[in-house]
Amino acid sequence: MHALEFRDVDFSYGDPSQDANAFRIRKLNFTVEEGEFVAVLGHNGSGKSTLARLANGILTADGGEIRVFDTVLGEKNLFEIRKQVGVVFQNPDNQTVASIVEDDVAFGAENVALPREEIGRRIDFALGAVGMRELRGATVSRLSGGQKQRVAIAGVLALKPRIMILDESTAMLDPRGRKEIIDVVLRLNKEEKITVVLVTHFMEEALLADRAVVMNRGDIVMQGAPSEIFARSDELLAYNLALPRIAVITKSLREGGMSVKDTLDISSLADEIAGELKCGS
Amino acid sequence: MRIVVEHLSYTYQPRTPFAVKALDDVTLTIEEGEFFGVIGHTGSGKSTFVQHLNGLIRLPSSLKRQKKIKPKKGCLPPPPPVLKVGDFDLGDKKTDFRALRKSVGMVFQYPEYQLFAETVKEDVAFGLKNFSEGKPDPRQTEEAVREALSIVGLDYDEIADKSPFDLSGGQKRRVAIAGVIVTRPEVLVLDEPAAGLDPLGKREIMQLLHRIHGSWCKTIVIVSHDMDEIAENCTRAAVFSEGKLVCVLPPSELFRDAGRLTDLGLDIPLTAKLVLALRERGVEIDCNFRTEDFVAAVLARKGGAS
Repeated sequence: MHALEFRDVDFSYGDPSQDANAFRIRKLNFTVEEGEFVAVLGHNGSGKSTLARLANGILTADGGEIRVFDTVLGEKNLFEIRKQVGVVFQNPDNQTVASIVEDDVAFGAENVALPREEIGRRIDFALGAVGMRELRGATVSRLSGGQKQRVAIAGVLALKPRIMILDESTAMLDPRGRKEIIDVVLRLNKEEKITVVLVTHFMEEALLADRAVVMNRGDIVMQGAPSEIFARSDELLAYNLALPRIAVITKSLREGGMSVKDTLDISSLADEIAGELKCGS
Repeated sequence: MRIVVEHLSYTYQPRTPFAVKALDDVTLTIEEGEFFGVIGHTGSGKSTFVQHLNGLIRLPSSLKRQKKIKPKKGCLPPPPPVLKVGDFDLGDKKTDFRALRKSVGMVFQYPEYQLFAETVKEDVAFGLKNFSEGKPDPRQTEEAVREALSIVGLDYDEIADKSPFDLSGGQKRRVAIAGVIVTRPEVLVLDEPAAGLDPLGKREIMQLLHRIHGSWCKTIVIVSHDMDEIAENCTRAAVFSEGKLVCVLPPSELFRDAGRLTDLGLDIPLTAKLVLALRERGVEIDCNFRTEDFVAAVLARKGGAS
């Protein structure tokens, strides 16, 4: 069973018949398997966030169907689907509602009218999962960006979603905060078996995924294992994506006449370079 | 304009339970013409530091009313702080802070959130209006806005009458930067100018800063978390940790001693990681840690060896 499935999905902002430049998605097909960790890449305006927003009904498709665990997303089951598909956005300040950490985490669970004891258990679980149990009584506004974003994730986790979509959730964080979030997401994926769709600009984050998907102008143009995707450097550049820095170095070394293999791992690149330099001497 | 900072300290919410010492006895000099980097963790004091540079945070001695704090008995009073930007003495009450702010442009984090006007040209012109004595000349204003938009890589005729809110993220940020450089500040300070942009947007912003550097603004100061960005672009960088200045060095020396940064929990550029990994494998590569230079150094070794 697919966790998430897009079948011939159409969508546009504005009216494409009036405005030729209006952004549109045409007949998009896309699947995510249960338990998978998928990274979605693409330059600004490629449609990555639109994809994320269609998946839990924030945006409504103009045509085709979106299935979540084989249930077709529609107006009637929107709220049921949203319990299964949680979204974390870019700016942590825009998605916290309460002033105290545990109140904020409880908000979603209260909204779906869970019994009080159950809410307590969910808060415990969610804050534990993101490593914020000690800070449950803290004031949200005094937390760091990474901590706030972990609170936002906990708020989504309290609804026990089966799919989590992170729409550039690390973009506004410093390297330490970004690592905190990625560690949490990896753990949720591996231990809680939550299906993860990670929309990101950071090529280094995409390397951690099981599969990477590249979008361009509302269409999926590449997909495969991250290492395969990043080996196709000319295509990536054509889609206005930058290569991870390590791929840039490998490429320039090769253009300079060295026979180093494509790799995204620092120590294997060092092995390659060292081997090449030593055998020459 | 040369920036001279001596014994600068700052505490947020002093004399409260929330007091945080954000800067602790910082002394450094930024020469005219530098592309200067400021690095450190969140909370290390780097933003507090740059906010001093155009008087957003004032030295107590420059304020009309000051609280006299008696030094503890038996302690020497701390040396008085000095903060000078060119001829402006920021510790002096009589300093014209308006003129200072015209000479030191400040681009905050996510400057696109500060766009407010109905059209791009009004938004960019706001700074000019704000700083001009009397009513600004509309022709000169238009000319200045046109030039500012052109140097940030936007076409005046195409964009001037659009709402800034209809632009893409990267374009918005460039409009916001145009709105700061339109007054031709000598020093431009940017707090994480490339944060949150896609890789291409990042590259465009850095190229834009190099275009401005030397021509529009003599000195550029950037705050960044991205060590690769620092290695590629900066003449020197200051490292902050817990309010203290750790060191000020050019990237070629700063990243040579990787332990100093990793001990502070800071990252090092990819090139520096590769140099370290190669050293473990018995290969010494000497480079200034720019990607180009690293590749050239490796290729030179290869050429020399065979």
